[in-house]
Amino acid sequence: MGVVPASVRVPGGRVVTKSELIEVVAQEANLTKGRAELVINTIFEAMVDALRRDEGIEIRGFGSFTVRQYKPYEGRNPRTGDTVHVAPKRLPFFKVGKDLRKRINGERPEGAPPPRRREPPKPAQVVPQGAKAPARPGPGVSEDVI
Amino acid sequence: MTKADIIDRVCDVVGGFSKKEAADLVEKIFDVMKQTLETGEKIKISGFGNFLVREKKPRPGRNPQTGTEITIEARKVLTFKPSPVLKQALNQPLDAPLPGAGDRP
Repeated sequence: MGVVPASVRVPGGRVVTKSELIEVVAQEANLTKGRAELVINTIFEAMVDALRRDEGIEIRGFGSFTVRQYKPYEGRNPRTGDTVHVAPKRLPFFKVGKDLRKRINGERPEGAPPPRRREPPKPAQVVPQGAKAPARPGPGVSEDVI
Repeated sequence: MTKADIIDRVCDVVGGFSKKEAADLVEKIFDVMKQTLETGEKIKISGFGNFLVREKKPRPGRNPQTGTEITIEARKVLTFKPSPVLKQALNQPLDAPLPGAGDRP
């Protein structure tokens, strides 16, 4: 059912690399591989640039990326007890979009209506029923995000 | 940054596409990725990161508001593991050099 033709699937069907993505896109969009590669590289470069600028990325239907900033702090070398400076660091986080999360779980919006009552759309982790889902993932990263 | 910004970038960098064509193409690329992940396959984008669908087992949980014990059903989650290259890129401030990324186990 996937778009990836069997011909370019890795045997075992487990991993699709960037070059396979390029092949599929070239086929589907009638582009040369070189051009498909350029487009795909451009997309990911644009995304990396945005994250470097501390800018979040929102790809509707797919998910969003944010950068979390970790402040510098004085840590200790546990062996010697010396104080060491831990540099500030930034890490990217991805949160899957609603549409994709549903699809991954086998729910199709256009198919039979999903059992909404049993599976509220938001929660995902510890808040399955009735509770208000948090607007955004706070500092406590949910398992869904990690 | 949204899809629109990415589309603009594709137009600027690649050239030869109308806005509409670039938009369709960007849409298609994310569609292919979505459909790939939907089948349970993993995506590896070198220099960016890996997308992986993980199966979570059911486990007991609690409604934090009412304290009611409930079972969190088995489900699949999509995780993103950033590439070391991306992590390094985010941590390359223009001023301070950072400790090497590879010098820790």
